[in-house]
Amino acid sequence: MSLSSYLNKKTNAAPLAVFRIAFGIMMCLSIVRFSCHGWIETLYLQPKFHFSYYGFSWVKPLGNYTYLLFIVCGLAALCVAFGLKYRLAIITFFLSFTYIELMDKTSYLNHYYFISLLSFLMIFLPASAYFSVDNLIRKKTFKNVPKWSIDSIKLLLGIVYFYAGLAKLNSDWLLRAQPLKIWLPSKYDLPIIGDTLMHQTWFHYTMSWSGMLYDLCIPFLLLYRKTRIYAFVLVVFFHVFTRVLFPIGMFPFIMIVSSLIFFEADFHQKIISFLKLILNKLSFSSKRVPHLKIYDYYTINFKKATLTIVGLFFILQLTIPFRYLLYPGELFWTEEGYRFSWRVMLMEKMGIATFKIVNAETGAFFYVDNSDFLTPFQEKQMSFQPDFILEYAHYLGDHFTSQGHKNVQVFVDSYVALNGRLSAPFIDKTVDLYAQKESFKSKFWILPFKDDIKGL
Amino acid sequence: MKKIILGTIIIGFIIACSSSSSGGSGGTTDNYDRSALLVNLADNIIIPAFQDLETELSALTEAKNNFVATPNQANLEALRASWLTAYTAWQYVEMFNIGEAETVLYGFQMNIYPTNIDDISANINSGSYDLTHPNNNDAVGFPAVDYMIYGLADNDTDILTFYQSENYTSYLSDLIDQMKSLTSSVLTNWNSSYRNTFVSQTGNTATSSLNKFTNDFIYYFEKGLRANKFGIPAGVFSTDPLPETVEALYAKAFSKDLALEALSAVEAVFYGDAFSGSGSGESFESYLISLDRADLVTEITTKFEDAREKIEALDDSFYDQINTDNTKMTEAYDALQLLVVSFKVDMLQAFDISVDYLDADGD
Repeated sequence: MSLSSYLNKKTNAAPLAVFRIAFGIMMCLSIVRFSCHGWIETLYLQPKFHFSYYGFSWVKPLGNYTYLLFIVCGLAALCVAFGLKYRLAIITFFLSFTYIELMDKTSYLNHYYFISLLSFLMIFLPASAYFSVDNLIRKKTFKNVPKWSIDSIKLLLGIVYFYAGLAKLNSDWLLRAQPLKIWLPSKYDLPIIGDTLMHQTWFHYTMSWSGMLYDLCIPFLLLYRKTRIYAFVLVVFFHVFTRVLFPIGMFPFIMIVSSLIFFEADFHQKIISFLKLILNKLSFSSKRVPHLKIYDYYTINFKKATLTIVGLFFILQLTIPFRYLLYPGELFWTEEGYRFSWRVMLMEKMGIATFKIVNAETGAFFYVDNSDFLTPFQEKQMSFQPDFILEYAHYLGDHFTSQGHKNVQVFVDSYVALNGRLSAPFIDKTVDLYAQKESFKSKFWILPFKDDIKGL
Repeated sequence: MKKIILGTIIIGFIIACSSSSSGGSGGTTDNYDRSALLVNLADNIIIPAFQDLETELSALTEAKNNFVATPNQANLEALRASWLTAYTAWQYVEMFNIGEAETVLYGFQMNIYPTNIDDISANINSGSYDLTHPNNNDAVGFPAVDYMIYGLADNDTDILTFYQSENYTSYLSDLIDQMKSLTSSVLTNWNSSYRNTFVSQTGNTATSSLNKFTNDFIYYFEKGLRANKFGIPAGVFSTDPLPETVEALYAKAFSKDLALEALSAVEAVFYGDAFSGSGSGESFESYLISLDRADLVTEITTKFEDAREKIEALDDSFYDQINTDNTKMTEAYDALQLLVVSFKVDMLQAFDISVDYLDADGD
């Protein structure tokens, strides 16, 4: 089968419609949950200082307008679910959600990144071709969509799982059962399994190995029709179990619902019939629905451009996680190329970073109390990630210079413990970080890791 | 079918792996008894330390009563001796900022230093004050008494003259009575109900007593011991040293002794050594060992010894030490900082304690 004939293949539009609805609802709920926890205040409004992604320091919380940003994001998600002005809604969602994530990298989570990517991809998918409010407005509906549009979601999900599995192919995860060996025993107060399983060494290894196998295999088991239903049961079990064990919020539910995309069209048709039934009960009788002209196939406008963008998107997705190979040193230690790579729950890393402000001429110095500038959450995240440490050092340097201190140099005395090893010095304390610039280059002032972690 | 194959593979891996790498320590017996840890803390360390402090404060009250009745040199010296004994006992209690102590901000009313002479004078002159008010936190407790019995004047004769004034005698009297009554109330609470609450909360939640105690312990070590006793006076957080911020500033000669007692108190909690001096029980040490982290225990033990050595090398008066050779003071600070690293990074990682401030999703 040639590429062009594949790209012309069509398939039932129902799975994409169900996915759109589920995605929109989940996102709207996530936004509501986020604000109910008071995280807009604690993560974006209370901190005096925000950690920015390299090149995105212009993205900052908007004061009280930050609430508006969240409202826009939540409403856009709802519009996506309804398929109301879909293209505009999904673009708005992508931009507002991504803006939120870029405001402060302290709260970086792989699954937020996943949602940004997915919503970006969905901009180019005809997800409102079927069973949408747009159908009613335009008085037309489509039975089929290009097959690649549904496959692209499967591919993105597949990449997330498979790369997460690849990342687990390392000696800490497989041969030392770290960090699960630290995390699981601390769940001793769970009912039933708490004091029977959680402290057992064999259980730590079982969880590590089966987690790795799960991540590597699940995309294929979901693709293959005969194993699909079992795979889905496994998906539900795995995500519910991890939800019980770890504070991972909405992510498990998003993954469970997303993986429904692997099911055949007739399954999704049933869901849509069910939704129609509910709508009827709610007196949206089908009589009031205007007559829709039914088209067989949704043709993509600007097909070439769309396909090019989607193609490039996936090439990037496949390569970005491997960018760590360009950096020397142990990835888990330096974290150069760690983010945006589906490295999920791989490390238990803690640190302590004490900053020293020195007058270069007189040698007089004093230490900084981090809690004067950072929230406890920011301090925790900063203390073991070199790019945070550098950015904070510059913030401190600027702050004390503006306070009238002269010839300011900023040094850091820091220790980090990784996956249950004894803590070790992390940053070269003789390097003036205020004189170092952030870049994509390797940070020579990170001290070498004294152990060896083998694997990918 | 595929499922069966997959299942077989998984089981195969598990067997292959567990046989190769779990050798040595059998993995079935490490179900650590956390409630035994809390019981040991409460019954053998915390409550006895509070009882001791209460006894010493009763003695201090008595010495104070004698002094107030007859403010002469002999009674002043007796009062000073009682104050020092009680202050020493306090070093074994300060870190237990949990339960009623936390609710009534006990620590803030017992040992905030440097004490504020202006506030104390204002209180004495006005004759009306609310010693429990937060504004008076730096005008009460051991540091305020330190000022009242050592710092009012350069020599004892002049100090004694102050106590011709009833305003002075009643302020001194109120200070000590207040310390005694606060301590009794915290101790009563431990004995009546809090002990059982404390011992029962073994869970790994942000509010369980095990987690709170661990966090309090580390917070005390970092703030109460490392920063207050060493870092701040040595000028570690400021451009210049601040010798007037040492503990027991006016008595001068005891800052080292008090700091060493505080270190002993921390060690006793870490190793689970009973306050009575005989026997020891479950502790952070034994918990770490049960988690296979004997390496960390060794590291912490070495660091304790180093820190003690560095502190013992200091002058009895930290005030004098800072003014003559502050480097030794910062060396002691650095040695304590290394212990902070072990507690805050390594020990917290090993326990994987839920902390209250981290209210956000993880990955």
